[in-house]
Amino acid sequence: MTQYLMSVHGTEADHDMTTGGGYGSPEAMREAMAETDRYNKRLQAEGYWVFAGGLKGPSTATVVDGQGAQPVVTDGPYLESKEHIGGFWIIEAPDLDTALALAADASKACRGKVEVRPFEG
Amino acid sequence: MDQAYDDAALARIFRDEYGRVVASLARRFGDLDIAEEAAGEALVVAVEKWAADGIPPNPGGWLTTTAGNKALDRLRRESLRDAKHQAALMITDDTPPEPTGPVEDDRLRLVFTCCHPALPPEARVALTLRLLGGLTVPEIARAFFVAEPAMGQRITRAKAKIKAAHIPFKVPAVADLPARLDAVLAVVYLVFNEGYLAGEGDSPTRVDLSDEAIRLARILRQLLPREPEVAGLLALLLLTDARRASRFAGGELVPLSEQDRAGWDRSLIEEGHALVRECLATNRPGRYQILAAINAVHTDAARAADTDWLQVLALYDQLQRIDPGPVVALNRAVAVAEVDGPDVALAIVDRLPLTTYHAWHATRAELLRRVGRSAEAREEYDAAVAATGNAAEQAYLTRRRRQLV
Repeated sequence: MTQYLMSVHGTEADHDMTTGGGYGSPEAMREAMAETDRYNKRLQAEGYWVFAGGLKGPSTATVVDGQGAQPVVTDGPYLESKEHIGGFWIIEAPDLDTALALAADASKACRGKVEVRPFEG
Repeated sequence: MDQAYDDAALARIFRDEYGRVVASLARRFGDLDIAEEAAGEALVVAVEKWAADGIPPNPGGWLTTTAGNKALDRLRRESLRDAKHQAALMITDDTPPEPTGPVEDDRLRLVFTCCHPALPPEARVALTLRLLGGLTVPEIARAFFVAEPAMGQRITRAKAKIKAAHIPFKVPAVADLPARLDAVLAVVYLVFNEGYLAGEGDSPTRVDLSDEAIRLARILRQLLPREPEVAGLLALLLLTDARRASRFAGGELVPLSEQDRAGWDRSLIEEGHALVRECLATNRPGRYQILAAINAVHTDAARAADTDWLQVLALYDQLQRIDPGPVVALNRAVAVAEVDGPDVALAIVDRLPLTTYHAWHATRAELLRRVGRSAEAREEYDAAVAATGNAAEQAYLTRRRRQLV
């Protein structure tokens, strides 16, 4: 069995509950979230689930560099990009084909592209 | 001794058997690197042993057994060196000997691994030629005009991804098979076209990619005898390749209508026609089958003037429903010109968004010539010459331009 990270990327606006961000409307956003909940329950029932979660917007991120004598704390996300990770799953699957099939359903549920990446080991 | 020993026989056996050996070992050991290294070692042993004793009656079985033993040796050595691999000590040769008959599951698994959609397309092509076709990295690099280290890296990266991401070594589920098979057929078709369109002037060391593609298509046909698109692709390649000798004369491309049909390879044409008939009987049409049928109509005509253009057009109409892209529309327009006239065809061609495609310019130039718009035709020939990198095609287009009145 291999563990895979399935991540979804988006912009700051996608996190705005009042407008519904990239979902189009607050209603569409709620629908996507409800569908993602159902998908998560299925992952648990079928034994693929390790962990999953949605993140708050990239503006809430803080970067810490502890390599020097004193830790340096910087406001904002690590990557200088318009799009940032918005949520992720960690699943356990026998092979990439299984993971890709699960990712396809995840993508449908959350209305976004899903990146699949294996963990080391 | 079953066969005479010589370098050519040896090279042929190695190339034919390589995919089978690697596939069998990859399934048994679950690791492409181990499979490849062991296969390579077995070939070295074979060179020495067969030179002395002659080629054994079942060289493929011999190579698979020898390579399997080499892989076990290596795993044992490594497990002694590295405590982490102690488990490998438990590996014993308890798998039943591979049947060398019609059951070819391992090679089929290998094809789907090599052509997995999670790999970049250019890596799929390289991996398929390397692992299934048994070509060496330098051969593949030369064939695609890529520097050897770059090609080596492309293959290494792809194998590393297969390993890290656990791309499985299995035939896809029935539901996924059509899409996955499509990716496999696309690789074979690309290999063929790469060889076919390159035309003349190949260096003698260059592997003939068209021959390789036909060999791969024959393997697929053997592995998936009931998939009509596989039969269709093989038929398409055979019917195209049958015209190879007539495609060039004096360093110039010869279009289908002007080719010396006596120079066509009749046995390839007959084999291709039989496959097309089989596809028609199966009646599950697809892209490659329709393309093969179009080529069957062309190779059925004793003279260019005898071509059944209505039939060709009907097939293109069918193809366009499956594949509504502009390249199909362009090829269909050539048939439209024969059935409804060049002005009707020109109106279609003018609307296609293919201005960077040499064939669009070449087709447009011919149609403009036929409707008598010589000045515009001249410009289009120039644009076509500029857009193609193929010297034989440039020579042909330049002559056509000169012949304009």
